[in-house]
This record gives sequence, structure tokens and C-alpha cells, in this order.
Amino acid sequence: MNAFAGSIDRPSSYIGRSVSRPNAKRLLEGRGRYVTDLVLPRMLHAAFVRSPYAHGKIVSIDIEEAKALSGVCAVFTGEDLASICAPWTGTLGHFSNMKSLPQVPLPLGKVMWSGQPVVLIVADSRAIAEDAAELVIVDIEELPALADPVQAMSAAAMSQELGDNICFATKLDSGGVEEALDAADTTVEQSFVFGRHTAVTLEPRAIVADYDPSENRLTAHHATQTPYQFQDIYSRHYDIPEANVRVIAPDIGGSFGMKLHVYHEEMAVVGASILLGRPIKYVADRMESFVSDIHARDHRVTGRLALDRDGRITAMDVDDVTAIGAFSSYPRTSAVEGNQVIRLMGAPYDFSSYRANLSVVFQNKVQTSQYRAVGHPIACAVTECLVDAAARELSLDPFEIRERNLIPDSSYPRTSPTGYQFEKLSHQVCLARLKSIMNYDALRAEQAGLRQKGILRGIGIALFVEITNPSPAFYGVGGARISAQDGAILKLTPSGEVHCSISVTEQGQGTETIIGQIVADQLGIDREKVRVMTGDTDTTPHGGATWACRGAGIGGETALQAARKLKANLLAVAGLILQAQPGELDIRADWIVETVTGQQRISLAEVARIAFFRSDTLPPETQAQLSVVHHYAPQGYPFAFTNGAQGCLVEVDAETGFVKILKHWVVEDCGRIINPLLVDEQVRGGVVQGLGAAFFEECLYNEEGQLTNGSLADYLVPMACEMPDIEISHVETPTRDTELGAKGCGEAGTAAASAAAMNAVNDALAGHGAVLTQIPMTPTRILKALGTI
Amino acid sequence: MKARAFDYMRPKCVQEALEAFVSADGDASYIAGGQSLVPALALRLQAPGLLIDIARLDELRGLSIADGHLRIGATTRHCEILGSDLVREHAPLLAKAAPFVAHPAIRNKGTFGGSLALADPASEFPAMTLALDAIIEIASVEGSRRVGAGDFFIDLYETALQPGELITAVYVSLATAKTRTAFDELARRRGDYAIVGAGIDAEMQGDFVERMRIAFLSVGSTPVRVGAVEAALTGRQLTPQAIRQAQDVLGTELDPVGDEHTPPEMRRHLARVLLGRLLGRLEANV
Repeated sequence: MNAFAGSIDRPSSYIGRSVSRPNAKRLLEGRGRYVTDLVLPRMLHAAFVRSPYAHGKIVSIDIEEAKALSGVCAVFTGEDLASICAPWTGTLGHFSNMKSLPQVPLPLGKVMWSGQPVVLIVADSRAIAEDAAELVIVDIEELPALADPVQAMSAAAMSQELGDNICFATKLDSGGVEEALDAADTTVEQSFVFGRHTAVTLEPRAIVADYDPSENRLTAHHATQTPYQFQDIYSRHYDIPEANVRVIAPDIGGSFGMKLHVYHEEMAVVGASILLGRPIKYVADRMESFVSDIHARDHRVTGRLALDRDGRITAMDVDDVTAIGAFSSYPRTSAVEGNQVIRLMGAPYDFSSYRANLSVVFQNKVQTSQYRAVGHPIACAVTECLVDAAARELSLDPFEIRERNLIPDSSYPRTSPTGYQFEKLSHQVCLARLKSIMNYDALRAEQAGLRQKGILRGIGIALFVEITNPSPAFYGVGGARISAQDGAILKLTPSGEVHCSISVTEQGQGTETIIGQIVADQLGIDREKVRVMTGDTDTTPHGGATWACRGAGIGGETALQAARKLKANLLAVAGLILQAQPGELDIRADWIVETVTGQQRISLAEVARIAFFRSDTLPPETQAQLSVVHHYAPQGYPFAFTNGAQGCLVEVDAETGFVKILKHWVVEDCGRIINPLLVDEQVRGGVVQGLGAAFFEECLYNEEGQLTNGSLADYLVPMACEMPDIEISHVETPTRDTELGAKGCGEAGTAAASAAAMNAVNDALAGHGAVLTQIPMTPTRILKALGTI
Repeated sequence: MKARAFDYMRPKCVQEALEAFVSADGDASYIAGGQSLVPALALRLQAPGLLIDIARLDELRGLSIADGHLRIGATTRHCEILGSDLVREHAPLLAKAAPFVAHPAIRNKGTFGGSLALADPASEFPAMTLALDAIIEIASVEGSRRVGAGDFFIDLYETALQPGELITAVYVSLATAKTRTAFDELARRRGDYAIVGAGIDAEMQGDFVERMRIAFLSVGSTPVRVGAVEAALTGRQLTPQAIRQAQDVLGTELDPVGDEHTPPEMRRHLARVLLGRLLGRLEANV
């Protein structure tokens, strides 16, 4: 229980230090090795023919001309791959009555969204494969498309096997909501629309599948955050022994949750490699990414809040309809987002009556699924906008109404009305800190002064709770073969360095950096002497990898415990060499020292030399254990919840509807901070994605279910010019479930940025009769809300 | 996506380029900066059999004063317009519009003539060519001809250029002591295609408007001159009342199209706001 107490001043103390990323220089110099860079002997290239319709019956596919084109190796359609690939279904056992159609790599009779891959062409080059794709004739009889989430609730089922278009529905009811609403002095109700957006990673999805029939062995070089999950999936769906499947995730250019889902293209390419016995590369281009990467969000929420005359929340009532696409994604499903939306509602506040209705509905669109801050921004925006609406109604300052309603920092542990167990959160400290770093009173005074000159500034705040360090309660209990534990192997080299291979993975956020820091810190050696390897199922232990904010909390704890184990082994050997008690020795700055005096006795390199090469000089029967393997699975609380508060300052041009984001503030508490620099950048990146959702990013569909802005010219990602300075402050409340005490921080920024931005815009427009409850808040929507157009 | 296979040649002079196009029976495309053509090739929206690279032809390069005009060679790059003292002095409207053209990487490669030949109604330079009433010099195997900007832009991506014809230079009348200009645009993100943009080139004595040309971008299938607004402002003083009247005239003159982000009424409204702001700047002479 937090026996760890790192003094930042001692030598080799790295936990809590802003050290740079060892891999940054390599990537900056262009020496990264991404899947795209890989060239294998006899490698072929894949391209797909995609459905132009959102819904339709495949009448015929003519591939003869494509097959005959010089340079084309093979052309595959649905039956070719379905015959060797077991179908997959995106449901989980703990979401009762959830349903989704089984999926196969390429469709067998119907297309379900515009952009769905229908035919796979494998050729000597991607260009030739695309030439051939133009020669394929797919005759599709168009069917009516489900493109409106609300209509989907009552419309005829898109597929007879489904019966209706509801993928999953659930209710939460703590009781007492009706009574509280009846008894309330004030109730506020708002309806929200949250658009679809998508991850837009710098590196698109990519795979080189390389099947060797002589050994029945599949090697997949795959741009994924979860290589172990894919090892399991390729093994089971293509009936290859798990040990014969190797998944290598090399350098990855961002993932944000998008690169852990099963995609039809990757499954098809693996199948084609098995059929052809040759390596095949597929790299999604940006147009393909827009129509095949998972999308996220897409919610229509109505929320009600009941308050007493003192402005205390007494009850919350929520209805969420979320549209997911034609299939629930696999293996994590598309219901987790909605489930987390309804369970995170109202999380910072002290009330007990809560009721929620969730409907997850199918659409003829590409799948939605887990993306950074799953469900959090929706729950946060609904809650925080309702709290601000109540504050306006009651003429309370936004800080004041929150101070009255927060769960007191002294009252933990707590269980939320939705069933979440909070070990210890710090809302009151965070809110007070936010007020101070924003210089709130001065901002309000400035706002009032500018308003006299017709300049509309708005100040918004939002509190959030984030889910991190997930236990098997997340996926394992539902039957998914997704590990909640992680494993690490630490090996001493004969020169006294340490090699660490660990199952958490790196996508640019600095996982390898913090693991190296923890290992060096715990062993007492220079950070330069620790080499961290990730992302290869053959050389690292099986583990959960990186998702849902678990790399630092779970992977970090794994590394910490492994390092302590190796240290005990090394001190035992050193004790034998020095004829001293291991308990009286320590390792500091690469030397074995006397713990009490700090006197250097023998270098770690010398211990290694003796142990590896002169074991004859050690006492008989000594078997020095110079490598350790260690696994760690989270225990105690099912999740380590974190919290924080954000503030946003905007200026709205009421004539044009344009918004300038002037400043953003974040106070967040992710427990023990391992590397403040990386935490800050995680938070900043998260805020930018949240502000992207608030102002820019939206996948727009027409009534036929066609994506109308599927390019980077039309889909607006937030760019540096439009982003404000983001000031960050930390509160540290370590979890006592681990020695390290770290919780996640990767989703904190995204969780509340859009909520703070909505509150800021609505604060700017207060008095103009306009309330925005839809994101992104585009100039058009702002002018419509103002009645200008 | 990958482009379809094509042949490539780099002619030594304009004449050779023009003849190569003819020899290819029209299945060819000139390429200079390639900032629009290359994406179109990659997306397979265009697939010419031959690319004729004119980027290095000296005849097409450079900025100079000739015959009382500013001559802008067709392959003058956007960044050269942006950095040119000649442009700043003699065609201040272009200098004001140049920073709004896309991003630095695109400005380093994209060419003035290429932008005009593509005639994207959302691009800055085609609209400013219109506002400057510039003359466009066009070469073909039959010889050279000149077309006024007002006759050049015909429809969406359609210009007075015939197949095989090549823009060689653009001529702009030199600014005088009476010249006042203003440019601005409304884009969701810096460097994006604007929702609406406009440039004004005027001659004024004090606040009296002797001549005014106003061109909008992103409001139709071509860059758009607003003659009725110009007429309403010419020969009178530029007062707040005159500006309001001009905005009203614009509201009836424009018939903008919508897109997935912006309905037509939004575009019309923003055009009015933008016109008011630009005229306000001319009035204040800033």
C-alpha cells in the first residue's frame, strides 16, 4: 500500500521527473519503422472495391477482367474468405440481450454501409491493384438505408435476423427520481445532439500479413495498440494454434482507441495471405480511413436535473439514444460507450436519485466504437450543461452551484448512484485550484467590461470523473479474451544494463519512457541503461497492452514489481560476492552500496560480469537469477477513478458565429505522476481532441447514409492556429491499490474539454436568447441559435 | 490511392510544351506546382496519359513591370507573390490576399497561373484577378491571345482556356496614389477554403469613390464580381449609410450555393458582414 515513497532528489530517482522520450529523436529524424515502411520478399499489395451504397443486396460481382490484368495475383470475394474464417459477433455476455449480426471479412449477400469493402484485389503494387479495382463490376440492388438514429428505433429491422434495430438497451434506476422531480423547487431539462467524429490518426491503419504454410505460422505486422488481442483473434478465427501466430506492432503513429477493433480489411488481408502463402500489405488511405475506421459518439440525449431551493441537486434523469452503425464492433462491442455515458452522468455530484435509459441502435453507417474517453465527454457535457442551466435559473455563479453539490473530498470511499465505486477523489481541491489558476474573478470583471463594448466573451467550467486501470470487470467478465493483467520480463545484460520487454504498448504517448523510468528508479540504475521493448507477442509476455488508460497504472505497476524482484535477485548475488547481508545492500547509481552509509562496494556491471562469466567464483550451488518475469493484475477496486476540472475562455463574434478559443485550463488528478511532461502533453492532446469535437469535427451523412465530408479538406480537425494555450495544474491522490499509486491521464483532457467549451459559448451568448446544446458548435449553428439566419 | 500510370515529359520551351499536348491528342495535362493536379491524379479524378511539366520554363517565370502593367509569369509561385516588393507596391490587393492562400507548403509549390487555370471558385487569386480586372495571356500552337479576367471564368472549373492552351502571364494595371484595397475572408480554420471571401480594389479621393471593383470567392460556381454593388457605391461618398445600402444590394445580387457545412443563407449573411467590414476599412483607409 504505497510503500513506494520516491524522493525525487536521490540518484536514479526518475518517478516524478520530466525526462525526455528516448525514442523521440529517432522518430524526429525519420528513422521510425512503421508498418508502411516494411518491405518483405515476395510481398503483394491489397486494394478493395467498396460499396457505393449504404444498404443493398449484392446481385452479382464480375471479377474476370480484373483477374486478367497483368500484375494481379488474386481477386477475392465474400465466399473465398468466409470458407476459411470463422465469423465474429460483437456482443459481450455482461450486456444482457445485446445483439449484432455475425460478420465476415467480405460480405456474402448484402452491403451494410457505404464504403464497406466488397472485393479484395491482391497485386504486385497498390497502383495495379487499384487499376484492377476499376475493372470489377459489382451490381448492387439498393435498399432503403437507416440513416436517422431516432427513426431507427421504430423503423423496420435492417435485417430480418435482428427483429428490430436495437442493438442493446438498458435502464438504471436508483429509485426516488419521480418523487424528487415532483418535489423539486427547480428542474432544468435540455436535449443534446453529439455528432459523429473519428480518430484521424497521423498513421492510418496498416497491416502486412505474412503466412508461412510450411509451419502453419502467421506473422502479422500490424499497426495496432493491442497485439495480444489480435494474436488471439487471428488464431481463433483462422484456426491457427495461438503459439503459431505472431503479431508485431512496430512504431505506431497514434491510435486513440481506433486501432484496437477488428476491421474487415485486416481480416481479409490475413485470409488472403493464408490462401496465397505470401506476405500482403494493406495501408488504408485517408479516404478509406474515413469510411472504415470506427467513428465515435453520435448521441441524442435528453437530461433533466431536479434541484431544491438551495441549488442542491436532488435527482437526475437521462435518456440516451446512440447510433452505432450496421454492426456492433468486435471484440469490445459498440455498447461500452453508451453504458459509460449513463454510468458517468452526474458523477462529481452528491445526490442519490438517478434514472437512465440507454438505447443503442443500428444504422447503415460505419461502426462506432471505443475512441479516446469512451462515453466521458457525453456524460460530462450533459451533466455540466444542465448544472450551468440550473445556475442560470437560480442566478448562482457556476463555481458556487458546483461547490454546493460536489461530493466532499472527505467523504470517500463512495459508491455512485450508478454503481461506480470511488476510492478517493479530489473535486473540491480541483475546483478551488481551477478558480485560482483561471484568476476567475478578474476574468469575470474583464468580461463585463468588454460586454459594454459589444465584445462577447464567455467563461465555462466543467468537472469530470475518468475511468482508468480497468480490471477484468471491463471485458473479461463479459467473455472477451482481453487481458486485464500485464507481464514484464527484465533481463540483466553482462554489462550491467537492463532489458525490459513488457506487454503495454507505445503509440507515441511515451509508454516506453515511463516504463524505463520506473525500472531505472526501482533498480537504482541510470535510465540510459534500461532498454524497453514493446509490441511483439513473441518476445513480450501476454498482456492487456494499451487502452482505456491502463499503461501507467497497470503496466507501470507490473514494471515496478518486476524491477523489485530483479533487484532482490541482484542484491542476493552481490551479497554472496561481498559476503554481506543482501538486506544491508542497495543499488544506487549503478553501484551496489551499503544502504546505511551509501558507500560504494561493487559496480552492478562487475556483479553481472562475475555472475555471467565467473560463476565458478561464487559459492557452490549458487544459481544467480539474472532475468525475472512478473505479471500483475489489478486487484481491489474494479476501476481507479480519477477526476479533475477544466475551464475555457472564448470570444464569440455574434455577427459571424465564429468562436475564438482564447484559453483553456485543466486541473487534474491522476494519482502518482511518473513523468509530468508526458502527463501534461497527454492532457493537452486530449483537450485538443475535445475542442475538436466541440467546434470542428463531425462526420456528416445525408439521408441516403452517404458520408459527405470524408476528406481532410472537408472534415475539420483542430489545427494549432485555432488552439489556445492550455494551462495545466495537478493534484495527486495516489490509488492505494498499487505500490506505484498511478492512475490514468490519457482521457482526462478529452473528457471535459467539450463540456467546458459549450458552457463558455453559452455563457457568452447569455442574454441573447441562444443556448447551444449540439456539438460541434459551428458558426452556422451559432447563428441559427441566435436567430440571425 | 495511387495515380494511374502516366508518361511524363519536361519540355525546354513553351512551344515544345504546346506541341506535346497536340501530339498527345489531348490526353495530356500541363503540370506546374501540382498542388491541385497531383491530389486529383491520386484520387483518380483525372488520369491523363501524359504530364507536361512546365514548372522550369523560364519564359513563364517572374514578376516584372512591362507596358505599364505588372506582369506575373504564369509559374510565379504563391510564396513569390507574398514576398514581392513589386506586388506590394503595384498590386497591393494581391499582396493582401496572398497570406490567405492555403498553407506555406502549398504556397511554396503552387503557381499563380495554375490557380487561375483551375479556376476554383473558392481560391483567392482567381477572384482577385477579377477584382483587378487583369488581363490573361494565353498561348497555343496557333499563337498568343489575351482575355480579360471578366471573360475568363465561365463556370465551375471551366474557363476560356481551350484544350492545349496554356496561360503564360497575367497583366495587372499598376496601383495609383488613389488606390485603396481591402481583402478578408471567413474560414473555419486558417488556410482552409473560406466560407466566403472578398477583395476590393478602389480608387478614392478622400471618402469619394471614383471607381470600385469587388470580387467574392466561395459564393458561386465561379469567382463573382458584384456589379450592382459596385454601381451603388461608385460616384458617391463612402458613408456608413452607403455601406448599409451596399450590403442590402449584395443581399439581392448574390445567389450563393450551400454545402454540407454552410447553407446558402449563411453564406449570403456572411458575405454581407464581410462586405460591410471591408468597406469600413476602405472608409477608414486602413
